[in-house]
Amino acid sequence: MADERKLAYVMAFNEAVKQQMEADPNVFCAGEDIGAFGGVFGTFGGLQARFGADRVVDTPISEQAIVGLGVGAAVTGLRPIVDLMFMDFICVALDQIVNQAAKLKYMFGGDAVLPLTITTAGGGGLSAAAQHSQSLEALLCHIPGLKVVMPSNPYDMKGLMTACIQENNPTVMIKHKRLLGMTGHVPEESYSIPLGKGNILRPGKDVSIVAYARMANEALVAAEELAKDGIDCEIIDPRTLQPLDTDLIVSSVKKTNHAVVVHEAVRFGGLGGEIASQIQELAFDYLDAPVTRIGAPFSPVPFSPALEQHYIPNAKTIVQGVRDVMARV
Amino acid sequence: MDLSVDVQLDLHRRMVRIRLFEEAAGRLAESNRLPGFLHLYVGEEAVAAGVCGALNDDDHITSTHRGHGHLVAKGGDFNRMMAELMGKATGYCKGKGGSMHISDTSLGMLGANGIVGAGSPIAVGAAFANRYRGRGQVAVAFFGDGSTNIGAFHEAANMACALHLPIVFACENNEYGEFTPRDKTMAITDIVDRAAGYGMPGVIVDGMDVIAVHEAAVEAVERARSGGGPSLIEAKTYRFYNHHGVQNLGLKYRSDDEVAMWKQRDPIFTLEDRMIENKAATRDQFDAIWAELRADIDTAIAFADESPYPTPDQIMVGVYTSMTGAQ
Ligand SMILES: Cc1ncc(C[n+]2csc(CCOP(=O)(O)OP(=O)(O)O)c2C)c(N)n1
Ligand SMILES: [Mg+2]
Repeated sequence: MADERKLAYVMAFNEAVKQQMEADPNVFCAGEDIGAFGGVFGTFGGLQARFGADRVVDTPISEQAIVGLGVGAAVTGLRPIVDLMFMDFICVALDQIVNQAAKLKYMFGGDAVLPLTITTAGGGGLSAAAQHSQSLEALLCHIPGLKVVMPSNPYDMKGLMTACIQENNPTVMIKHKRLLGMTGHVPEESYSIPLGKGNILRPGKDVSIVAYARMANEALVAAEELAKDGIDCEIIDPRTLQPLDTDLIVSSVKKTNHAVVVHEAVRFGGLGGEIASQIQELAFDYLDAPVTRIGAPFSPVPFSPALEQHYIPNAKTIVQGVRDVMARV
Repeated sequence: MDLSVDVQLDLHRRMVRIRLFEEAAGRLAESNRLPGFLHLYVGEEAVAAGVCGALNDDDHITSTHRGHGHLVAKGGDFNRMMAELMGKATGYCKGKGGSMHISDTSLGMLGANGIVGAGSPIAVGAAFANRYRGRGQVAVAFFGDGSTNIGAFHEAANMACALHLPIVFACENNEYGEFTPRDKTMAITDIVDRAAGYGMPGVIVDGMDVIAVHEAAVEAVERARSGGGPSLIEAKTYRFYNHHGVQNLGLKYRSDDEVAMWKQRDPIFTLEDRMIENKAATRDQFDAIWAELRADIDTAIAFADESPYPTPDQIMVGVYTSMTGAQ
């Protein structure tokens, strides 16, 4: 049965790109090793063979010019998908992302249209060390003009990637490297998930866990563990981080009266701070305990697995965080 | 220039040390004993050895993601290197950096680097500091062909020339950036063509010939040291293994014939053959060198194996010189 079909996260990305390229001749892709090689994570596999080297372009190692290519092509009428192999490399292209892509429309008095999608891969857990493991989403979410998505499963990946490509504003699609092989139900036909719409991954009544990307999956594991103790977790996956589905988060917290926010990024200055503030501003009277944030310690990502396994939050740390919040009642 | 037998043997030793370290790392990676990415330098030994052989201990180098060879050539300690690759507390970076960030500031090795192109501007800074202090030290930036497509390289080259700094840009042109051939990502064949645009001399050398690399390096280093400013050396070379990991044949982006062709020009065996032919050394002598250095590798693996992993309380150590503030 077609709707039973399972697909890996990486192939859900690939299929979204393929379908949008079929639907719209203005869509093209550019990035390092994405053409003949299909991308170092296989994300663009088979696309050059199908659409040709003019539409799936191997670029030099030139992150700044890659994003610039996307900005210039978008503002002159194409619908580019530009790939930065690792999220850490956005730093090399930050001017084009932050000062150009995000701001042209506004600075031009609203005239410019930038249907640009920047794709990249974030997250740790591969002993890839401090320059290949970061979660820098908070940096991007802080920039007016950008939209930022971080899917936690194959279904969301395809729907969000489709939405990003169809979106008329610059978007950043952050794949999680550790989720690439995750399989799940993905419909064959094209569909999109509206940007800014979160998802209740697991309904519950005792505590709201807000978590995205790989941490949403860790939260699901934690919830099973906590259920054994009679703690019923509701897991909210915002899916899009900018714009953030504050309504969904707040309505959940109003129901559960407890909130834990989890991300893989460094805790200090991470998106968890923003989410916790929103909850505090909009649902203060409903809270039975302070909002807890779970994130990485304030250090670069360490190389050694002996350190990294303690650095990245996981189901265990989430269980502990939830227990702490419940204990403070 | 006629190199003394001692210098030739020194270059040979540096190359063999690199080869043995890299082959050992490759074997460990194959049996899943090394975490993370591994970019092997095998095939390119003549470049690091030839250039570092022209440097003093207190000269500086910056490196790339393919950095083990540079550290070995600068005198890196096998034990601490192997321990770092395994993520052990006794490693060069205490397990914090791994293969891609291996470094030894006391040897002037300012780090392998995970960001392509990022080493060159840092070498410019080291060259600036070296001139500033006036102790006659120079800096060398090692970088790949692919990295000359990134802005950082161009800014570094231009600034070095504008400030007339004591620096050598040493390019390892192995014809590929990851899985994409050079001719798809630049419209020139020779990286050396870029040098003229910044006003520095540049030479192409056979990167499989350590003597040729060394002679070019000696000239460029002397120029830098004596106030003559930057130069660029382009060494035509080849990596015998895949971009990362240990596969070498059956790769879809390059042919096995091409690999075989380059392997015939193995920089170490080429030098050995030539030295034997010139009666500068004997096969027995070389065999003894390999055996001696192999034993060092075995010691290093044992050292790394027996070393402890860093404990979780080390995560926050070394972020700042003294820890204050955020948590
Ligand atoms: C800024 C940046 N972009 C992309 C990468 C991914 N990457 C790692 S090595 C590499 C190829 C580098 O090619 P080259 O400079 O020729 O060095 P080689 O690997 O051939 O030694 C790429 C694209 C990176 N590490 N940093
Ligand atoms: Mg190269």
